[in-house]
Amino acid sequence: MNNRPFNDTSYEQFLNEWKIMGTKCKKCGALALPPRPICVSCSGSELEWVEFKGTGKLAAFTSITVAPPNMAKEGFGRNNPYVVGVVELEEGVKAVARIIGIDAKKPEQIKVGTLLKAEFLTKGEGLARQTSLAFKP
Amino acid sequence: MSRRRKLFRGAAVVGGGLTKLGLFKDRNSKDFFAEAYQEMLGSVDKGFDPKDIDAAYVGNFTNDFFVNQAHWAPIISDLIGLVPKPVTRTEGACASSALAFREGVLAIASGMYDIVLVGGFEQMSKRTTEEVAEGLAMAASPYEVATGFTFPGVFGTMATAYFAKYGADRDALFNVTIKSHNNAPLNPKAQFPCTIRDFMNQRIERCRQKGQPIPQWKDEKDFLRDPAVNPPVAWPMHLFDCCPISDGASCLLLVAEDLAKKFTEKPVYVAGIGQGSGYSLHAKKDLTTYEATKAAAEEAYGMSGYGPKDIQFSEVHDCFSIAEIVHMEDLGFYSPGEAFKAVAAGESRLDGPKPINTSGGLKTKGHPVGATGVAQLYEVWTQLRGDAGKRQVPNPNLRVGGAHNLGGTGGTCTFTILERR
Repeated sequence: MNNRPFNDTSYEQFLNEWKIMGTKCKKCGALALPPRPICVSCSGSELEWVEFKGTGKLAAFTSITVAPPNMAKEGFGRNNPYVVGVVELEEGVKAVARIIGIDAKKPEQIKVGTLLKAEFLTKGEGLARQTSLAFKP
Repeated sequence: MSRRRKLFRGAAVVGGGLTKLGLFKDRNSKDFFAEAYQEMLGSVDKGFDPKDIDAAYVGNFTNDFFVNQAHWAPIISDLIGLVPKPVTRTEGACASSALAFREGVLAIASGMYDIVLVGGFEQMSKRTTEEVAEGLAMAASPYEVATGFTFPGVFGTMATAYFAKYGADRDALFNVTIKSHNNAPLNPKAQFPCTIRDFMNQRIERCRQKGQPIPQWKDEKDFLRDPAVNPPVAWPMHLFDCCPISDGASCLLLVAEDLAKKFTEKPVYVAGIGQGSGYSLHAKKDLTTYEATKAAAEEAYGMSGYGPKDIQFSEVHDCFSIAEIVHMEDLGFYSPGEAFKAVAAGESRLDGPKPINTSGGLKTKGHPVGATGVAQLYEVWTQLRGDAGKRQVPNPNLRVGGAHNLGGTGGTCTFTILERR
């Protein structure tokens, strides 16, 4: 697994294996999620894979009632909103993800700072299998 | 860290044009640009020969998607008779034409050209609302789109971070919307030239005509709190937090500073230009700030010698209400966490100490994305010449104004400072 290129395709492959994988700069130690081919902190190109635990807290969110086509296809919209947000992981980096297990119809009750744990949402099978990152309380 | 940047040669705005903004399905981008261009020709006080224009830069975000036509530079060149002179299209999402303006200034500063036309245009009305949303999402980060974020969703997310950090709530957003709509009827080019009170009266009249119960809103905020008239889009962004879909075009005539008085006795000089780039949501260190705006402001302030206090009024990119609040802080007008209080206190009103979006902003004036950057500068130019009519900033010593333009979800931002001397 350590020979995979540091790119979005590898990140998605790892998600399919239910792993949250990013990069760590060997020179300055900066973490990146999704992985980066170049360290933006020190411009170094010597990187290694690092697995994230998948625990963190809600940094910001929105509950979407006007859904884009890809989400509308899944039945989301005016009467069935969904929540996406930014999660600050224990390791210090942030990730954008679906937030599940909360009431999207009552966004005023969702609290920034809520502790969250990663979940993997999978759809499709075989080569079409796609996993996306979600978090829930 | 950054050194102070200077232009080798200054530039001045000596003419401008802006179409009425709105939805015009029976007209196309060429019609819009021709209209703005013709207004510009008539606005140059001492007149000039359009054949003297050396080059043009035109901003357009994605007519490629909206009307299936790319490569707009030669189309515009042919339209206004510039062939075979160089015309270049710039793209920076909603900041596309601010980049055109910047390229024009740099072309003059380099000594390459003396007279440069800059402008922008966008035609969004040929597509359905869903398709326009899909087209605009092309300017968001791929990670955001894959997760299910929409454009209003990204700004809604920043709003929840701002609310949590500074103790603000939707009331802060209402204050921005009500303020912008108060300026709208004063702008003859505005897409929605009406106040929130006007919307309330229209709605009440409609209910009366249909024999329906008459809504009993206490005031404008009560109206904005009513989901029947202001439904959620992406919490806490509701319909009245979002700018509309618009068609339109804008242009300005830029000339070398030393030639300006040949065109007009009232040139408006470019005091400072700045541009920055920014991260997508997950990579931002702070979710309540736009690093691209801060970089652009630092560059523009450094070049001009002015600071935030010297900017007497400014257009500030308000694609969504929260953006206006956060940018007022990133431009240094207010300390972090203070802008929403200043808006509540009326400081950004037309008659306040720091008028913001005298044009009515994107929310009411309209936001034909590729035209917006230059449309904002058109407003600053108009104000500095004292030609803004009923929405003229009531300050007899108006001399310095700013225009802040944001592209995408903050990936490209510019700040431009214009001045009278």
